[in-house]
Order: sequence, then C-alpha cells, then structure tokens
Amino acid sequence: MLYRETPSPVHRLPPEVKIVAMVVFTVAVVATPREAFWAFGAYALLVAAVAALARVGPRWLLSRALIELPFVLFAVALPFLGAGERVTVAGLHLSVDGLYGSWNILAKGTLGVLASLLLAATTTTRDLIIGLDRLRCPQMLTQIATFMLRYLDVLVGEARRMRVARVSRGDDPRFLWQLRGFAAGVGALFLRAFERGERVYLAMLSRGYTGRMPATWQGVGAATSAQWLVAATVPVVASAVAAAAVVLT
Amino acid sequence: METLAMHISNGIINGPVAAVFAALALAALTVCVLRGRRDLDDRLAPMAGLVAAFIFAVQMLNFPIFTAGVSGHLLGGALAAMLVGPWVGALCVAVVLVVQALVFGDGGVAMLGLNITNMALLGTAAAYLLIAVLLRVLPRTSTGLAVTAFVSALLSVVVASQGFVVQYWLGGTTDLGGNLAGLSGTMAGVHLLIGIGEGLITATTVVTVAKVRPDLVYALRGLRRPVTTRAVPAVGGVR
Repeated sequence: MLYRETPSPVHRLPPEVKIVAMVVFTVAVVATPREAFWAFGAYALLVAAVAALARVGPRWLLSRALIELPFVLFAVALPFLGAGERVTVAGLHLSVDGLYGSWNILAKGTLGVLASLLLAATTTTRDLIIGLDRLRCPQMLTQIATFMLRYLDVLVGEARRMRVARVSRGDDPRFLWQLRGFAAGVGALFLRAFERGERVYLAMLSRGYTGRMPATWQGVGAATSAQWLVAATVPVVASAVAAAAVVLT
Repeated sequence: METLAMHISNGIINGPVAAVFAALALAALTVCVLRGRRDLDDRLAPMAGLVAAFIFAVQMLNFPIFTAGVSGHLLGGALAAMLVGPWVGALCVAVVLVVQALVFGDGGVAMLGLNITNMALLGTAAAYLLIAVLLRVLPRTSTGLAVTAFVSALLSVVVASQGFVVQYWLGGTTDLGGNLAGLSGTMAGVHLLIGIGEGLITATTVVTVAKVRPDLVYALRGLRRPVTTRAVPAVGGVR
C-alpha cells in the first residue's frame, strides 16, 4: 500500500528483522525521558540515515507523516489545559507541564510514525505477514491478516462495480444524495464481497491451502545471523541512547 | 491512501502503563486464540478475513471532530462480535490495529497494548455481552436484530472511548488537573455521535446478512427459534 519499489539494502533485508528493529527502536524512543532533548536529535539522525539508505525521500516521508495531525492538535491544546506551574511566553499563559507534554507527544509520536513509514515503504504487506509468521505469531492471526489484505481489494472492487451499476441505471450520486444509496448498499456490498471471498477461499483450499502461504513453510529467504546483526545496529544504537538519557537525567 | 491517525500515538500515555496494558492485551489475545481456534471452521475463516477487511475499510471513515483535539472513528467491534463471535471478533479487530500500526503508523507501536485493550477487547466484549442479553430479551424479528446490533454497537463505542480516559488517568503524560472529567465527557459525547453512525452501519449489514445467509451470523447460532424474516432473493446479479 505504501510500498516503494526501489532497490536498496533496506528493501533486501528479510521482513522479520525489520519488524523487530522497528519495534525495539520505538520502545527505546518511548522509554526516553522527555527532558533529554539531545536524545531525540540522535533518534532523528538515525531515522534520516535509514531513510537515506532506503532511498525514501524526505518529502514522501513528511507528507505521509501528516497522519499524525489529530494528535498534534491534541498536543497543541495541552499547554493551555495542563495543571501546575505556569510560564508566560509571548503574552500567553502556558502550563510548563503542558509544554513538556506537547513536546513529548510531538517528538515520540513523529519518530514512531516515521519508523513505521520506513518499514511500510521497504516491505510489502505480503512480506510483512511472512515476517510475522516467522516471528512465531499465532497462525490464526496471520491467517486473518492474510485474508484481510486479500479481501480489501475484493471489497474495493465490489464497491466500484456496484457504483458503476447504479450510475449506469440513471442514479446521480452526489455527496449527500449518495448517503442513502450508500447506506442501503453497505449490507449488499458485504454479502457480495463475502460470496466472492468464499469462492476464493474454497479455490485456495482445493489447491492445497492449509492455513499458511507456501513462502512461509518453504522457509526461503529467512533471515541469516549476518542479516540480524546488520539490522541490529539501529535498535542497539537507539537503546544505548535511551539508556544514556535515562542515566543522565 | 490518505488517512488520519485516530489511535493512541506514542508519547500520550507513559511507558510503564503502556507496558502493563501490553501484557494484559497479550494475555487476553492468547485466550482468544485458544478459544477462537474451536470456532474457526471453513465458513468462519473467510468471514473473519472479510470482517477484518470491512473494519479496516470502515476505520478509514474518520470523524474529524476536534474538540480539545479529541477525535474518533468507527471501531467495528460489535460487527465482529455479531458475525464471527467474541473470540475471533476480538482477534479481527486486533489484527486491524496491528497492521495499521505497522503499515500506516496509525497508533504508536509502543501503544498497541492500549489500543488493543480499548478497541479489540473492551469494545468487542461490551458488544458481545449486550448482544447476548438483547437477543434473549427482544423479539426474534429482523427489527429485534437491528435494534440489538444498533444498541450494542453504540454502547461498545462509548465503552471503548472511556477505556482511553481510564488509561489517561492512570498514565497520561500531562497532568490535566481537574480536566479529566471534561476529557471523559468530551470523549463520551463525540463517541455517542460516532456510535450512532457505527450502529446504523452495523445494523444494516447484520440484518442484510441475516436475511440472505442466516447461517453466517455467529450470534444467531444456538438460538432455538431462528429469526423470522421474509424471503429475500439472494444478492447477486452480474458477476
């Protein structure tokens, strides 16, 4: 979905290594005390280095990071809502705790979003599920995730066909007028998508599907210890920064 | 695909509380996997996938109501509980949240435990309890089913939103002072509105499915008398 098809060393890493690296990095960021401003600078440098290595441009990253916007608004409101000691900045009466709080949300939230965007840009969703499977994620969860990603396309395609059918029968969907037709169509959309999905599932079963995709049980392309070591550099550096920040503050 | 983040992002709740909820969510999901394995047969497996895909798509419909920065979106817990049962249903919502966190950065990865507790566990559990009670109390008609779906969806959304308030009270990174009641009220108010939308979508979907393929509705299994509905021609048309 957000995958960027460009060859790079980060793209070539097996998915399970990237998932673990991303999760450890995020936990290290969240565990860092908010007063350690330098640590967040170090994390930002790490993210920039990985992005450069993965050939993901800053413009792509930043425009996708706008997903965070509602929480940025929450963060902006905090200095006004927070309790305790207050300072006056440019004529505004702000809570100190609230200011730290909004910095905390902005810094940690942004770094987390950038880390997941880098994972998404360098890993296809199919690989992501293979990676989760190799990390011993229960088969039920990977199975539901596999079907979810496959059926998303079924659902979108079915919705498009129903829309075309309505338009070609003289319906004129505009934004508000569309609402009634949309509401009436949701149930039908669900059923049509299910019946199509059920046929896909039965076809998969009859071709020997037992709950896992072939790529996972064939074990091709699983991470080697060298790849684990290479990918470990980012989370290890991040953990060291976090530990230093905890000790220093 | 442009979306807005609506789940708890990194840094809103402090680390220790997030870790406690992560452990809680992990334990609860393990129970769900163990109990759900019994439910997941040939009919439910594709259904679980479709319910997850549907919830994924529906969660993209956001309600950007910014009152003090609080906003919300549809959750889908009631729909999942209705169609695939509480155990698989909680897993479906959890899968949606995990994929959103990993792929879209929607909701911090370190906050996954909190998000899963609110939306997958609290939301689905509240919905299923309500469904179980209401289906026994209300008449076995499609109206009764619609009311059940609507009410359980509405209340489960409000319950899930209050989960966030409790978590913020336990480990919010900024002390809001006396504003916690305000946060609770705002969250409840916004999610009541969202719950109406969620209730309508859940009710129309469940009633349509129950009319055409009653065998697919998990909540109707094991009821002595099936829901009586008028015969409706199967949905189909050009394939």
